[in-house]
Amino acid sequence: MLLNRLKAGGPAIAKQGILVAFILFMIVFSFMSDRFLTPDNIMSVFRQSAIIGVMALGVTIVVIGGNLDLSVGSMLSFATVLVVDLHDKVGPELAIPIMVLATLCLGAINGFLIGILRLNSLIVTLGMLSAIQGLVLIYSGGQNVDIVDQRGTWFAIFGRGSVLGIAAPIIIFGLLAILFHVIMTTTPFGRKVYAVGGNPTASVFSGIPRSRIVFTTYLISALCVAVAAIILGSRVMGSQNNVGQGYELQVLAAVILGGTSLLGGAGSILKTVLGVLMLAFIQNGLILMGQPYYTQWLVTWVVIIVAVWLDVAAKRGRLFSPIA
Amino acid sequence: MSNLTDITPLRWLMRNPIWGFVLLVFIFFSLMSDHFFDYRNFQNILVQTSTIGLIALGMTLVMINGNIDLSVGATLALAAAFAVDVQSWAMFATWGNWQILPAVCLALLVGLLMGAINGFIVWKTGVDAFIVTLGAMLGIRGLVFVYTGESSFYAMNFAYSDFSALSVGPLPVLAVIFLVCTLIVHLVLSRTVHGRNTYAVGGNREAAVNAGIRVGPHMMVNFMIIGFLAALSGVLLSTQMGAATPNLGRDYELWVITAVVLGGTKLTGGKGDIIGTLGGVLAIGILRNGMNLMQVPAFYVYVILGSILIAVLFLDKRFNRTEDGGLRL
Repeated sequence: MLLNRLKAGGPAIAKQGILVAFILFMIVFSFMSDRFLTPDNIMSVFRQSAIIGVMALGVTIVVIGGNLDLSVGSMLSFATVLVVDLHDKVGPELAIPIMVLATLCLGAINGFLIGILRLNSLIVTLGMLSAIQGLVLIYSGGQNVDIVDQRGTWFAIFGRGSVLGIAAPIIIFGLLAILFHVIMTTTPFGRKVYAVGGNPTASVFSGIPRSRIVFTTYLISALCVAVAAIILGSRVMGSQNNVGQGYELQVLAAVILGGTSLLGGAGSILKTVLGVLMLAFIQNGLILMGQPYYTQWLVTWVVIIVAVWLDVAAKRGRLFSPIA
Repeated sequence: MSNLTDITPLRWLMRNPIWGFVLLVFIFFSLMSDHFFDYRNFQNILVQTSTIGLIALGMTLVMINGNIDLSVGATLALAAAFAVDVQSWAMFATWGNWQILPAVCLALLVGLLMGAINGFIVWKTGVDAFIVTLGAMLGIRGLVFVYTGESSFYAMNFAYSDFSALSVGPLPVLAVIFLVCTLIVHLVLSRTVHGRNTYAVGGNREAAVNAGIRVGPHMMVNFMIIGFLAALSGVLLSTQMGAATPNLGRDYELWVITAVVLGGTKLTGGKGDIIGTLGGVLAIGILRNGMNLMQVPAFYVYVILGSILIAVLFLDKRFNRTEDGGLRL
């Protein structure tokens, strides 16, 4: 029954599976809680999802290019600790560029090892995850950092400010999402990333500089982490030295939920935004319904597997795997 | 002919470079630290490595299969929580020290079950193991937090926490359990049909299907083995602490994968063995222990470990240019 549906009306709907699931979730949750579909709540969900969202944009581009980036969590710890610590030492106008440069350097190391040396991205970024976490701890001496004068610094606008009633993190996330969407859909660079991820060998034969493209995707990912760190540091005005621990997996979960294939070559920025929002709304909805905080992880487990399963099933035209 | 036998240990070392590295760090720390070369310390290293080592055994099987399991840390925490909690259930109150038995059995069963769920989903849906176990990693950890109510459990029965202090002859009991499991998994992998199929499935799945191997159930069995070993590791860890915390085993999957990759198992599947994995586990164990004794801050271990992992990958690529190295996900 379901099988036939998938075959017949499937392709069109299956392509928009994430959108359908998103709408279904919204309807269910809005029946379960009065406060769910209020402007205030929606705005706060948007604001909360901005940090993971910004990181997910960069990771989406890396994954479309056929690689993985598990080091974004540690990198977020690194960037946040650095920017918060430097804020009181050299002032925000210097702290931000120094932090962005340092984070880009980490991205460049990733890019060099994976793009130029062609090492396995999973293992390299796993190693970087551990190494960067160590760097953060060495830098901070295991101490947490914070900004002393929280009221009198203009650094607060990134996390706490708002324009026309819309919180700054939402604006930053939105603008970046539109920017990367345009880059990925309309520029030669975007097309090359898809080409490299889809068929690396063919892309090299068509004259695409595969190494340089992969290198650039990691720079973009690092840049996104730097932006996320500015939002996070500005909102919290302080940082634990393991603040980003586990973020890499939540980010990856959002990217996968958005239908980006881990094989590379397929995916879209806007769908990643949907994936991010869906995870954020699930979290928010469950809390409004009075469930324990960690129930959202259980639900995320089911949602991810079902989403990817339906995606895979639609592609092969049958629900269950043919392997015996 | 005699020339050939002379060269065999060297050739063996060439094929298992990790053991050369183990030897190197062993000699290094023996010279650098007064406290390293000491039988008590060797016991320590074995006990410390047993936690990650047990999981690494299972991870070797799963990775030779061409799969990966990211959910082991969460499974470990869930099993530890069960092992500590169940012994204080009211229905076992009159059992005395026997109340530990159903608790440990249940914990191991939970591990088997989690592995079975992962394996079954990989088998039936055809979704890549990386995604399935990534989801499970979040989901099972969520289960741990919901089950424990975000607090720690403490073992009321002191026989439970005394267990880890026991010794069998000259060896601590935890080390004995680890070494016995290593031997069993090694024999399974190198001497049995299941072991041969493990290589076949990872090397060329299509050919394995054509050869009549039931690939799905086969992979599920390996996921159950790693689930069981993760649970066992969780039980042993909780006996060491006399408690189970909900954050137990966080990041263990990364240490385990590092150990297995150091041991020469390929992410693409089809290659690897337990001897290499044992070397990888010991290398990490000796490095952590030795640096501790030399009073290097624990932070540096992360940096060194990450660098070694990447260096190994680089050297491996340099010397074995057989494949493109792209991860097939």
